[in-house]
Amino acid sequence: MVSLKVNLSGLELSNPIIPASGCFGYGKEFCDYYDINILGSFCTKGTTKDSRFGNDTPRIAETSCGMLNSVGLQNPGINHVVEHELKDIASYYSKPVIVNISGFSIEEYEYCVKRLRGIDNVGLIEVNISCPNVHNGGMSFGTSADMAAKVTKAVVKAADKPVYIKLSPNVTDIVSIAKACEDEGASGICAINTLLGMRIDIKKRKPVLANITGGLSGPAVFPVALRMVYQIYEAVKIPIIGIGGISNADDVIEMMMAGAAAVQVGSMNLVEPYTCKTIIEQLPERLKKLGIDDINKIIGGAHK
Amino acid sequence: MGIYTIKEIKQLTYDTYEMVLLGDTSWIKAPGQFVNIKIDGLFLRRPLSVCDIEEEHMTLVFKVVGQGTEVMSKMKPSQQLDILCGLGNGYDINIETEKPLLIGGGCGVPPLYYLAKMLIKKGRKPSVILGFNKKDDVFYEDEFKALGCNVHVCSVDGSCGYKGFATDALGMIDYDYVYTCGPEPMLKAVYGKTSVPGQYSFEERMGCGFGACMGCTCKTKYGYKRICKDGPVLFKEEIIW
Repeated sequence: MVSLKVNLSGLELSNPIIPASGCFGYGKEFCDYYDINILGSFCTKGTTKDSRFGNDTPRIAETSCGMLNSVGLQNPGINHVVEHELKDIASYYSKPVIVNISGFSIEEYEYCVKRLRGIDNVGLIEVNISCPNVHNGGMSFGTSADMAAKVTKAVVKAADKPVYIKLSPNVTDIVSIAKACEDEGASGICAINTLLGMRIDIKKRKPVLANITGGLSGPAVFPVALRMVYQIYEAVKIPIIGIGGISNADDVIEMMMAGAAAVQVGSMNLVEPYTCKTIIEQLPERLKKLGIDDINKIIGGAHK
Repeated sequence: MGIYTIKEIKQLTYDTYEMVLLGDTSWIKAPGQFVNIKIDGLFLRRPLSVCDIEEEHMTLVFKVVGQGTEVMSKMKPSQQLDILCGLGNGYDINIETEKPLLIGGGCGVPPLYYLAKMLIKKGRKPSVILGFNKKDDVFYEDEFKALGCNVHVCSVDGSCGYKGFATDALGMIDYDYVYTCGPEPMLKAVYGKTSVPGQYSFEERMGCGFGACMGCTCKTKYGYKRICKDGPVLFKEEIIW
């Protein structure tokens, strides 16, 4: 019997598979395809203090082995999420979820985190300082160690749950930012968010996305994500959730060997809604073939 | 949902193809719903409206407009496709109307075929306007006629049928309700030139096709709606242009 159980800052997960924010809505749509209670947890759609429509459409563009999105944090606002979505989730998902929050000022981040206090089905808070699709905010907090430290300090103080900071790959030195978050009390690091990119429609001679640029995700980014998780693992002691282009059980194993304590699966959920279910079913067999009886034993296994 | 086998594929015009698939069609609950097709080598699935279903058979009619439809046009019978089925809300056919008018423009024509069939099943006799750019683009005129619809073909260049846009033929028809699907400028023209209520099917670039990614959201008078999940069909009264 292979054990898939992992622990994120005290939160026990039956397996390390977590659908990523923005690729799973609030989970409800996936209930049409499988019982989502098999998931270790799931990460909710990014939430801001006030409701947001997001960017104009087209918000989606295709690319080789991946996609670009510029949704721009469409969400109903933290109050609505607390009063409706989180309560709804409890009716079809019995485990704690990871709530992803974002902001345009440190006060907005604090507000969201405070609003999440005392809610039973919030397991962790994922603080997005890396959204590439909103202007004057989002990613700008994640591109300097100073700003990342300030946000982290504020949210850690305001939260009653472990806080994980989700980092942007669109930086020169992700390691120094991860360390700054750890120094200010973050319980963990999520890496990575999408890479900034664009496509041009050659017939129309203009960018495909209404927002011009968007975030690249999908299998195309897996090696970049893996490299960054590997580097962060060498520098910090707190757990890392590995995110970026994961599409099968072997990718999960690779990401955990790079140093991830759990993983998030993003875009693959959109093109194959059964991806997480398939991974959870195939992981024990893959681990067994590799002679591994406890998945925790592979975390950081590539660093020796 | 699942794996579907191509039974036949037929070229209807120089760029439009009809594909008949064999598989479980029970997922499809309403005309105007769509399917999302996995194509080897392409990351995103390709959404296509359902043209017809009959027992285990599902018919898709598509125009070659890009990489995905190009690959599909070259597929052969017995080839298998991974398809997410029965997506979107589809047309509500329980609205009480006596004289429904169906207006389709170009690639917007296919979903109206199954809609016409269902309306006829409910005892209505739909009028249909099929709008195309030119004679070579016309498809399904005979199929709609064979159902017993009152069919008006329009072509922008006048090479066949009534010369003009689909909306230019409105004056010839007695109708009390509109069901439409086609390019957005056509939908907008229908909206402006008709005074009756109706249902309008929209198109948008999609990520997932089942409501998870918020890639295709639009603003309506009833709030933000995902074209893939809360649409693609919107009621006239909720549309914001």
